[in-house]
Amino acid sequence: MLFNLPFITVVIVIGLGLYAMLYKRNLIKIVIGLSLVESGVNLFLVSLGYRNGGIAPIYTSAPSTHMVLPTPQALTLTSIVIGVATTAMLLSFCVVIYRNYGTLDARKVRRLRE
Amino acid sequence: MSWEYLVNHSPALIIIVPLLAAFGTPLIGRFSRKAMYIWIIASLTLTEIIAIIILHTVYISGKPMVYVMGANPYNMAVPPDSGGIPIRIIFTVDAFSSFMAFVASTVALAGGIYSISCEAQQSAQEKYYALLLLMLVGMLGMVLTGDLFNFFVFLEINSLASAALVSYRIDKGLAVEAAFKYAIISSIGALAFLFGIGILYGEYDALNMAMIASRMKFTDLDKIVMALFTVTLGMKAGAIPMHYWVPDGYGKAPGAISAMLVTASQASLYGLFRVSFTVFGLAANTATLGWFIIMLGVLSMFVGVTMALIQHDIKRLMAYHAISQTGYMLLGVGVGLATLGTAAFNQYGLAAMEGGIFHIINHAMYKGLLFLTAGAVIYRVGTSDLNKMGGLAHTMKYTTIFFMIGALSIAGIPPFNGFASKLLIYESVYQFNPVLSILAMIVSILTLASFVKVFHSAFMGPKIHDVKEVPKSMLIGMAILTFFIILFGLFPNIALNYLVAPAAKALANPLGYIARVLGGGA
Amino acid sequence: MNPLGNFTTPSGFWNPILWLLVFLILLLLAYLIWKRGEESYKRGTMQTDPFLSGYGPESKEAIHVRAGNIYWGFTRALKGYYSFLRKIHTGIINDYVGWYIGILALMLLLYLLWGGS
Repeated sequence: MLFNLPFITVVIVIGLGLYAMLYKRNLIKIVIGLSLVESGVNLFLVSLGYRNGGIAPIYTSAPSTHMVLPTPQALTLTSIVIGVATTAMLLSFCVVIYRNYGTLDARKVRRLRE
Repeated sequence: MSWEYLVNHSPALIIIVPLLAAFGTPLIGRFSRKAMYIWIIASLTLTEIIAIIILHTVYISGKPMVYVMGANPYNMAVPPDSGGIPIRIIFTVDAFSSFMAFVASTVALAGGIYSISCEAQQSAQEKYYALLLLMLVGMLGMVLTGDLFNFFVFLEINSLASAALVSYRIDKGLAVEAAFKYAIISSIGALAFLFGIGILYGEYDALNMAMIASRMKFTDLDKIVMALFTVTLGMKAGAIPMHYWVPDGYGKAPGAISAMLVTASQASLYGLFRVSFTVFGLAANTATLGWFIIMLGVLSMFVGVTMALIQHDIKRLMAYHAISQTGYMLLGVGVGLATLGTAAFNQYGLAAMEGGIFHIINHAMYKGLLFLTAGAVIYRVGTSDLNKMGGLAHTMKYTTIFFMIGALSIAGIPPFNGFASKLLIYESVYQFNPVLSILAMIVSILTLASFVKVFHSAFMGPKIHDVKEVPKSMLIGMAILTFFIILFGLFPNIALNYLVAPAAKALANPLGYIARVLGGGA
Repeated sequence: MNPLGNFTTPSGFWNPILWLLVFLILLLLAYLIWKRGEESYKRGTMQTDPFLSGYGPESKEAIHVRAGNIYWGFTRALKGYYSFLRKIHTGIINDYVGWYIGILALMLLLYLLWGGS
């Protein structure tokens, strides 16, 4: 692969996601940051299983045995499904918080502390 | 369908029963409320029975049980044509796993029975019970699986169900705020865990814990993975200084769910110990790892209890105590890990581990009971603010007695169960490092002090609220946990011999675990 | 295994049944001593009121100490410690994530230095 480009992208995407989670004060932006981290991790898993010039691992009598790894793809699919559920739940929490508090600013959504 | 068949397939059945029950609950709830209650209690009881069967089987055989999903025969971990690599999803149930499964299903049973009256006025009950069962599935899967990715999946099932349950009573948005924080922090933790799994898979082409442990070369990448795993699971277990979600989540959840969140945290604690001992224990510097766990434990114990002293919300106070008690478990098992492989291990390290593991079951029972009594108080009084309470002992007699038993037990007053495990921890940790042991005793005194505060301000004093005793099903839920507190308090040998000692020995023996899986599981 | 036997610990043992027996005997002793006490004491009369130099006792509702005031002295003595703890418990979700990432980075460093055997 060219300069390990996918792995560099993984680092950049996860870094952006963490930046958003640490420094953005809007709850929806925090959820976006979480989704970015998740995409980075998924990209990492898929890149792990990539073999240069490999074929899809779906044949029983394959033309060649040089295949990409199937397991990371299965992991990624599972992780994407979980991610969808998490994001949906978090965004619905945001809706309820906004209805009750009238704000999505993390500095104001802190009635529970100490 | 013989008895043997049931026993052999019990690791799969214990997941299937609550999972099917969870998806059946909304269906049955459409027809009849009463039938739904019977369905839930029946499935929780069945889960508890299967947990006891697993516990018994593992105790009798003395070896971990291996169950391979979709294999024939059920325990063929390494098929002949796989080249010595374990394939398929493998459940590896050793004595520690079966111990945790027993704890989780007992607390879930008590919580389920308790919820029937406690949540009777709420809407969308069928969803509540479906999520409660899914949460149980998550915990059971985490403790039984032998596969890291599977662990991640069950961790997420557990976190999602728990977060949704924390927000169940919206409570003017406060509960939703708590759930949001809990969901964010557990999702980022789970993603870090998944990243670590990816690194391990890239290195060793395996996801099975035993396989990874046997191939472990312990490069710098593995050290990164170790940090990702231990810190994440420590955070999920609620260790200070990553505990901020605990008082929010435990404090705002319904009573029965707070009790179950305690066991959910302990399932993460199980993961922390499993990863430290089995996956990294053979290659890593166990002294460093052990001291990390000890430091988390000491911080959690002390900061947890001092924060609890200044709380005036009954459940938030108890949540800080949950953090503080988790510290004891971390301390006990951490001492065991720090001394692993040295002569000191047999002298006091194993006893420290036994103390820490014994404290897990004791904590699940008494903290579960205390959260249930707190739920009962809130159910009748309608507020969780201790400043507005008083004199409840005049009318809520049984709840008061249950609260007293729980409070004395958490403070380590004999003859209740908290004393036996704390004694083990004090004595063995004293030989390791006297300062830690003395600190643990001070924390215990402060624990008693803050429960005296709760007892005084909620139950003593003049009659302020004209309330009745709580309904029967809530009392039954509390009585189940009280039974175990008194049983383990009066006969600590029963718990130690059948539950704790096998669990500690299994945890301290990673080679046996690895050999069992890679040896084909037969 | 004998369920009534001693629970052995690294440097001693613990026997809850024995403890319970001793406790019951002590309870009995305490009861016997209490029985020998003054018999003219009567509940609900002036005898049970606290003597406050001539003033009538306040009602129990008025003197019940509420939760927020208990251990005032303790928290006062540890004021610096508690104000620090209050300061770090901000309740802001970004800080929650920040603590987690911070500890992760710290442990990454420590493990890279001393993690190997």
